Amino acid sequence: MTADSYYGRPIVNEPVWKPEVAFYLFTGGIAGGSAVLHGLAKLAGNERLARSTLWIGAAAEAVCPPLLISDLGRPERFLNMLRVFKVTSPMSVGSWILIVSSGASTTAAALERLRLLGPLQALTEGVWFLSGPPLATYTGALLANTAIPVWSEARDELPWIFGASATACAGAAAAIATPTWCAGPARRAAIGGVVAELGLVHAMEKKLGFVGEVYEQGEAGEYAKVSKALGIAGAVLLAARGRRSRAAAAAGGALILGSSLALRWSVFRAGFQSARDPKYTVIPQKKRAAIRRAESHPASAPD
Amino acid sequence: MSSYGAEAKPRMGFFTDTSVCIGCKACEVACKEWNLLPADGLEWTGHSYDNTGELSANSWRHVAFIEQDKPLRIDGDFATADGTMAVDALEGGGAAPMRWLMESDVCKHCTHAGCLDVCPTGSLFRTEFGTVVVQEDICNGCGYCVPACPFGVIDRRELPRKPEDAPLALPLLGSKEDGRVWKCTLCYDRLKGGHEPACAKACPTHSIQFGEVDELRERAEQRLAKLEAQNWNGPRLYGHDADDGVGGFGAFFLLLDEPEVYGLPPDPVVPTQHLPRLWKTTALAAAVMFAGIAAAFAGGAE
Repeated sequence: MTADSYYGRPIVNEPVWKPEVAFYLFTGGIAGGSAVLHGLAKLAGNERLARSTLWIGAAAEAVCPPLLISDLGRPERFLNMLRVFKVTSPMSVGSWILIVSSGASTTAAALERLRLLGPLQALTEGVWFLSGPPLATYTGALLANTAIPVWSEARDELPWIFGASATACAGAAAAIATPTWCAGPARRAAIGGVVAELGLVHAMEKKLGFVGEVYEQGEAGEYAKVSKALGIAGAVLLAARGRRSRAAAAAGGALILGSSLALRWSVFRAGFQSARDPKYTVIPQKKRAAIRRAESHPASAPD
Repeated sequence: MSSYGAEAKPRMGFFTDTSVCIGCKACEVACKEWNLLPADGLEWTGHSYDNTGELSANSWRHVAFIEQDKPLRIDGDFATADGTMAVDALEGGGAAPMRWLMESDVCKHCTHAGCLDVCPTGSLFRTEFGTVVVQEDICNGCGYCVPACPFGVIDRRELPRKPEDAPLALPLLGSKEDGRVWKCTLCYDRLKGGHEPACAKACPTHSIQFGEVDELRERAEQRLAKLEAQNWNGPRLYGHDADDGVGGFGAFFLLLDEPEVYGLPPDPVVPTQHLPRLWKTTALAAAVMFAGIAAAFAGGAE
C-alpha cells in the first residue's frame, strides 16, 4: 500500500531510547516473574526454589535502575522521576513500581543473606510479591501509550505478551538455577509462558495486519523469528528432558531466556521501523477517518 | 487553564494560513534568533526549497515546500471543475498547471497533549496561556514525549561529544549541556512580556496569525469561506475542530491539500485517549500472569 507523504519523510518521531531500554524490558520481566515465583514457592514451602528465585529476581532488578538511568539524556537528573506521580504517564507509574519493587527485592535479598529472618523480611517479600506482576506488564502500557503505530495498535496485546514472556523467562532462569527435584513449578511456568507468548504474538501480528508487517521485515523480523525458534526449542527440551536432567533443564532454560530477550528486541526495534515509514501512520488514520465520516453521514458513505 | 485562578489568561495560539505563505522562512530565522536555537548543519535535501526538513529540537518552525502539477484554482485557465487540467489548454501551448504549496509548520499546542500527558517528571506543563512548554531545568531527557507526539514535533537535542569530554564523569557532574527535549514554547517569554511570538512578528504576509484561539477560529472560518467562494483548489482547515483526537490544536492551519501531503497526520489522536482501557488490560494481564504462575505450582515441587 502507498500513501501520499512529504518526500517520504516520517510523520511520527522514532524513539530516542537506547538499547538499554530493551534490556530493561527483559530484566524487568525476569524480576517481575521471579517475584511471583518466589512468593508462591514460599507459600508452598518450596524453600530451595524460593531462594534461587530471590537471588535471580534481586540481581535482575538491581540492574534495572542503572539501565534506565543510563538511557536518560541527563542521567544526573534521574531523581526527577520521583518529583510527581502521574497516572497519565506509564513511565511515571512504572518508575514508582520499580522503586518499590527493586527496593523490596534488594532488601529481601540482603536480609536473607544476613539471615535476619523476621517480620521485616516477611514484609519486604510480601511487597515484592505484589509488585511483581505490575512490573512485568506495565511495560506493555509504556510502549502502547505512544503514537508509534505498531505499538499503539497492539495496546490490547502488549501487556499480555510481556506478562507471558516474563513468566517464561523467570521460570527459565529458575529452572537453570534450581535442582530438578524442586524446580517443577519453574519449568511449568517457563513452558506455559512460552506457549502463551507464542499464541499472543501470533494474535498480535494477525490483528495488526498491514501495520504489523514490520514484524516480517528488518531487524524486528529477524529477531521475531529467532525468538519463536528458540522458544519452541527451549520449551520442547524442558518438557521432554527437564525433569530428569539438570543439564537439559539448563539448556532449555537458556534457550527460553534467549527467546525472551529476542522478543523484547524485536518489539523494541519494530517501533523504530514503524515510525520510519509514514504509510503506517497515514493509511490507518485515513481509514479511521473515513469510517467515522461514513458513520456520521451514512448517505455520503464511500463504498 | 482553570488551575491558574485569577492568573489565567485567554488561550493563545496561531492560525497559520498557508494560502498566503510565500516561503520566505522569516519565521524560521526569527524563531532561531529569538530562542537561541543551535544550527542543525547545512544539508541539501533536494526537496524543493526545503533544506530544514522537519521540526526538530533545533527547528521550531519549519517551512514545507511542495511543487505540484495541480492548478491553484479549480476554475483556472488550465483547469476543469474536477481539478484536472483541461486537455485543450495543453494542446493550445499553455503552460502546464502548477502550484507551489508552502506551509510553516509548528508545534500544535494540543488541547490534549500527548507529550505533556506522558512526561514523568512534570517538566512539560500547560501555561496560563493554554500553551504547552518544557521546563528545561527539570527535563531529564527520558525521551518518552518524543514517540508520544502524534505529529513528531518534540525531539531530544543531542550535542556532539568532543574527545576531551570525559564520557563517564561529565553526565555525573551535570556540565554536559544537553540531552533534554525541546520544542516551540509559543514564545512564552515574549507572551509574558505582552509581545507576540517571534515568528508571527516576522511573518511579512500574515500567514502566521497570532491571537486568542477562539477569535482565530472565527477568522479561519471566514478565510476558508472566502477561498471556497474564489474556487481555490482544496482549501480546508486542519486542527480547528475541538472534537478531533487531540481536542483541537492551539496552533491550527488552513491547508490546500490533504494533511499528509505536508507531512502532517490525517487523523491525529492523543495516545492517552486509550490509556484508561490500556491500564485495565495491564491490570488484567498482571492478574492472569499471577494466576498462571500459581497454576504451575499445582503439580507439586517436582
